Amino acid sequence: MKAYLALEDGTILEGSSFGAVGEVIGEFVFNTGMTGYQEVLTDPSYCGQIVTMTYPLIGNYGVILEDIESARPQVKGFVVREMCKTPNNWRSLETLSEYLGRNGIIGIEGIDTRALTRILRDKGTMKGIISTSPDFSLESRLSKINEYRVENPVEQVTVKEMIHHKGTGLRVALIDYGIKLNIVRSLLKRNCEVFQFPASVTSEEVLAVNPDGIMLSNGPGDPKDCGQQIKTLRELIGKKPIFGICLGHQLTALAMGGDTEKLKYGHRGCNHPVKDLDRDLTYITSQNHGYTIIEDSLDSSVMKVSHRNMNDGTVEGVRYMNVPVFTVQFHPEASPGPADTAYLFDRFTSMMEDWKGDKHAKT
Amino acid sequence: MPRRNDVRKVMVIGSGPIIIGQAAEFDYAGTQACQALREEGVEVVLVNSNPATIMTDTNIADKVYIEPLNAETAKKIILKEKPDSLLPTLGGQTGLNLAMELAESGFLEEQGVKLLGTATEAIKMAEDRQAFKDTMESISEPCIESKVVTTVEDALTFAEEIGYPVIVRPAYTLGGTGGGIASDREQLNEIATNGLRLSRVGQALIEKCIAGWKEIEYEVMRDGKGNVITVCNMENIDPVGVHTGDSIVVAPSQTLSDKEYQMLRTASLKIISALGIQGGCNVQFALHPTSFEYAVIEVNPRVSRSSALASKATGYPIAKVATKIAIGYGLDEIRNAVTGKTYACFEPTLDYVVVKIPKWPFDKFVKAERTLGTQMKATGEVMSISSSFEAALLKAIRSLELNINTLEQDIYKPLDTETIRKKLRDINDERLFVIAEALRRGISIEEINEITKIDDFFLAKIKELVTMEETLKGYAIDTLTPELLRRAKKMGFPDVVIAKYTGSDRKEIKKLRQSYGINAAYKMVDTCAAEFEAVSPYYYSTYDQFSEVRKSDRRKVLVIGSGPIRIGQGIEFDYCSVHSVWALKEQGYETIIANNNPETVSTDFDTSDRLYFEPLTIEDVENIIETENPEGVIVQFGGQTAIKLVNALSDYGIKIFGTQAKDVDAAEDREKFDRILEDVGIPRPKGRTVYTLEQALAAANELIYPVLVRPSYVLGGQGMEIAYSDKDVTEFMEIINRVKQEHPILVDKYLMGKEIEVDAICDGDDILIPGIMEHLERAGVHSGDSISVYPANTLKKAVVDKIIDCSYKLAKALNVIGLINIQYVLYNEELYVIEVNPRSSRTVPYISKVTGIPMVDIATKLMTGKKLTDFRYGTGLYRNSEYVAIKVPVFSFEKLHDVDTSLGPEMKSTGEVLGISKDFHEALYKGIIASGMKLPEKGGGILMTVRDSDKTELLAIAERFEKLGYVLYATGKTANMLNMHGIATNAVKKLDEGSPNILDLISSGNIKLVINTPTKGRQPQRDGFKIRRKAVEMSIPCLTSLDTAKAVISCIEMERKSNGLDVVDLSVFG
Repeated sequence: MKAYLALEDGTILEGSSFGAVGEVIGEFVFNTGMTGYQEVLTDPSYCGQIVTMTYPLIGNYGVILEDIESARPQVKGFVVREMCKTPNNWRSLETLSEYLGRNGIIGIEGIDTRALTRILRDKGTMKGIISTSPDFSLESRLSKINEYRVENPVEQVTVKEMIHHKGTGLRVALIDYGIKLNIVRSLLKRNCEVFQFPASVTSEEVLAVNPDGIMLSNGPGDPKDCGQQIKTLRELIGKKPIFGICLGHQLTALAMGGDTEKLKYGHRGCNHPVKDLDRDLTYITSQNHGYTIIEDSLDSSVMKVSHRNMNDGTVEGVRYMNVPVFTVQFHPEASPGPADTAYLFDRFTSMMEDWKGDKHAKT
Repeated sequence: MPRRNDVRKVMVIGSGPIIIGQAAEFDYAGTQACQALREEGVEVVLVNSNPATIMTDTNIADKVYIEPLNAETAKKIILKEKPDSLLPTLGGQTGLNLAMELAESGFLEEQGVKLLGTATEAIKMAEDRQAFKDTMESISEPCIESKVVTTVEDALTFAEEIGYPVIVRPAYTLGGTGGGIASDREQLNEIATNGLRLSRVGQALIEKCIAGWKEIEYEVMRDGKGNVITVCNMENIDPVGVHTGDSIVVAPSQTLSDKEYQMLRTASLKIISALGIQGGCNVQFALHPTSFEYAVIEVNPRVSRSSALASKATGYPIAKVATKIAIGYGLDEIRNAVTGKTYACFEPTLDYVVVKIPKWPFDKFVKAERTLGTQMKATGEVMSISSSFEAALLKAIRSLELNINTLEQDIYKPLDTETIRKKLRDINDERLFVIAEALRRGISIEEINEITKIDDFFLAKIKELVTMEETLKGYAIDTLTPELLRRAKKMGFPDVVIAKYTGSDRKEIKKLRQSYGINAAYKMVDTCAAEFEAVSPYYYSTYDQFSEVRKSDRRKVLVIGSGPIRIGQGIEFDYCSVHSVWALKEQGYETIIANNNPETVSTDFDTSDRLYFEPLTIEDVENIIETENPEGVIVQFGGQTAIKLVNALSDYGIKIFGTQAKDVDAAEDREKFDRILEDVGIPRPKGRTVYTLEQALAAANELIYPVLVRPSYVLGGQGMEIAYSDKDVTEFMEIINRVKQEHPILVDKYLMGKEIEVDAICDGDDILIPGIMEHLERAGVHSGDSISVYPANTLKKAVVDKIIDCSYKLAKALNVIGLINIQYVLYNEELYVIEVNPRSSRTVPYISKVTGIPMVDIATKLMTGKKLTDFRYGTGLYRNSEYVAIKVPVFSFEKLHDVDTSLGPEMKSTGEVLGISKDFHEALYKGIIASGMKLPEKGGGILMTVRDSDKTELLAIAERFEKLGYVLYATGKTANMLNMHGIATNAVKKLDEGSPNILDLISSGNIKLVINTPTKGRQPQRDGFKIRRKAVEMSIPCLTSLDTAKAVISCIEMERKSNGLDVVDLSVFG
């Protein structure tokens, strides 16, 4: 079936439909990862977004149950050049098209995704539409596209109630702003006992489980829309060791007086080089973010940049001086992408151990 | 980490001659390394024995030594040049082995020469089988069950333990030389014996065979600080069992989920860190197809063939970055030349699919064993880029220049389905096409996977192509819909195939699709999937709506490259293409290169102003022309690949720079050429053109045997043979006619004289002959396989004058603008023309270097309107050099079973080396040594079996060997004759005379040199053939021409009396 892809700037591309049929409006972004489409689809940080994969052959290994990052696909729409009809992998259960169809996600293939990526790169992230309507016209949809806004994306994707993941080690309060499951898996692998809270959790509720540390997850949208979460963080900072990832990283900065801004077209992919300034080593990281911390907004007596993006120099990690808090913009939990920075989870557990030790020493 | 300031003068070792397993990729790597060093103000001393390379140009390195790659020579150069450092990891296994030898002997330390990049210990850890296994164990990376053995007995015992089949991998050998899969005791006995002998350290790994697992490679970089990245991963379509150099490879991997991809990526990084590599490294894995189980197969602690492929597949310049790391830089300090903004410390991401297909020599060696296994057989490779796997595969297939444009092959049509099913079991170069035919016959993907273990994903893609072929067959040109046509083009079908299926012709299809607006669009290779704006002008075609080529209004010229390295067309044509581009740039032209060989300098994106990585068929080239609109095209430098397009391009209406199509044709067309010869009054050996066997026999008998039989319009004397009888003619005609001949077959009188070769430059009025070469072997041995001497030193002045005169007349008559190569034979003091090639030749780099005349540069400038008088080299024959430069061919026979090693009119060598000295014998000695020939030690046995006509001539040769203290062996009649003349010779039994016979004698190890002049034919069952093959297997030099034998004797004499030879740097040719 024919399908159309149109952007707010007037670009119209024709392709074929896969997955669900219908019409969907969203914010168009591109991801440059060559593998990991399933992890991308199920990453809640993509809430409200239509994702274009730059790699042309998508769906080659079908859909694998264990490789999801949340219970369902989170993207609003999916754009690929070629959707594989004959996937093959020993773990594969169904084709990507079947999976998206089953979950009501509209996909379009046969798109010159490189041309689309260049448009998004040059003009920045844009709103747009995918439609399988046979009499599609952009004019008739333009006002709807222009009005499009993702309302409270964090609320849409966070857990509704606290989930308790059993473990025998350190107790971690995990605030879920739209979490990727591999953050939970990474903590569990380190024997942590994890209390996964909804984003609306209060500081009292967090402290009530007497955690050894607090983990802040990734999540979708503009960090500045998360006033309540920022307030909660302010109350928690200094009370327990904190490790924040992605949105958690941005919210911490805002809570500590920093500022954030939207990037032209964001960082989404598995090949972003980030330098750990303490180690003086560069790691390849997995990324998915449209906003970034403004370096000039950081009070150097309170926090310092610990990681930097080697491509565009943006802030990728912050260490706070007088409180046991560190945060990173990228995804040390990988999935998709390289696991080179998994050591940060170990850094977090040592920080919790140290804090525990100090507390014992003090009492 | 900034660059080390203790590195000021670096010696770079090249990889020597092109052989199977070590092709042009190291010229590319070495050239990049030299350029990267000089960018940093480092002085570069280069040593390589291969004169056809770009790296041995005096504008690439400060000092260039074309000298044998052995420790003795390297030491001399080090003593003379006093470099402070040595870069060992860019010259392939040859360069690495030599560097290791120098380091291990303590010489480098003694001389205060530092080894740059990866430390010696790390190299040993990766190269030594046991050390590598231990290291992998220590970091918990799984290896395949295996054991290092030094005796055949141990190999057999271990194999009993782990069970057959097992793989034998000899240590420190190239391209898997001497390795193989053994399924039983007997086979293992044979392979292990051979492998242990070929290993430099007498060591081999016996390994559990995991044939059928997925083979995945990662190209990894690490700097001195410990930053690690992967440049690219690649998946072999052929599962484990076929050497990666012989596998069809796709990049990036297609069938791995992120979990599998990252698991192996993490393992690669762990390995490179544990080994402490500083530079580039290649890690090969076997991955179980239905679990997460994997095993590390091998690590190459150096820049390799795969890294050249990965560099071209991604745009990431591995060799350059490895060099910068070697002199101290961190990955985070080296700029990414593609974006100009980011750093080398990142991982390229692809938004296209890359396919590599090896180029095998089986089209040339029709009798060679085609089975592919652990020992590499390909001479080169092609790479293609497209946005779908199907299109990339079809592009790669047509880049091979096998006259194949699609998966459907007529030769399988007559076979029944059962035969096709059976053929699926053969692992050889035809497998891809057999699979396609099997799918066409309805054999299921499951069954094919069961047999071949090739992943269903790839089989399904091949099926898509077959389905499209079948669909197209149902249409005629007037029923072809724009939708179907667009779909076929997007899948990579060339117009010529669509035309064939729809019963029309290429031009009609092109017109039709253009009327629908279906045109090639070009996308950029930019390392980042368009995330950043790139400056790399590196393009591939798709059939998309949007093209990224920025139009420019500058004057432009398109240079057609030479495609894959093959026998008869080697690296020399890449040298020519690159030099032509440089000359055009100097003239203010914008330059465009079209080529498809990932191993070359020409396909480096900063060689030309624009690079099109494309097949070199007329359609693909026309598409580029329509996009770029160049002023003209140069076809003179890309070997047969480029020149064969001249007629089609000329018809198309684009300007041909240099010699015109009609003149190229006049040199190839027998009748037209004869007319020209008659006009200028130069004789050629008498000949006839024939079409049938009867005509051939009649011609042969009329001309009187021996005669030369060959098809016209071929490369490297392909299919050419000397016939001594009707039986030979019958056999050769049968072989030639296996491929449909569009042109007549030539039968010429064979003149057994001295062969002379000339490369000249002509501007239409005058010619310049930089030098005259003569062949050491008399005519009959292909010029590419002969030892060639510059300057010709045995010719009388009258002959030289005649050569100058004839060359001038021929160049004028053919209206040559640019280069011309002429081969003469001097027979009974009479000069005959054998062949004229109005294009660059194999010897152009060699002659350019030893005369100091930049032939390609001048030729290119003549094509753009300059005259010879604008240069300082004059006209006519240039003055002789005071140095003698002797080119010696190099063969790869040990890699190709069942290939006759006897030299004849069909070219067989894969590469060449040069020996340079003021003294003829010294130059010859250097050349012979550089070619890798082991001169027999005093007291060793020399076996001589020659045809009757050579027996008298053998006398003098045998006598000299006897005097030098060798023990002589010969078969019955020859032994008798020698003994009768007072030359003590042991008689040996022929094969049919019982044992111990001649083969047993060779096997015994007592024989150190074989002289065997072949009788006739190339029947493998003949004694001579068996003797020659046995010699190859035993690594004993086997000379098939008495002229070569004489040369070898003089080398032995030379060696005896020489007390060290001088090394010569190329600046003497200034």
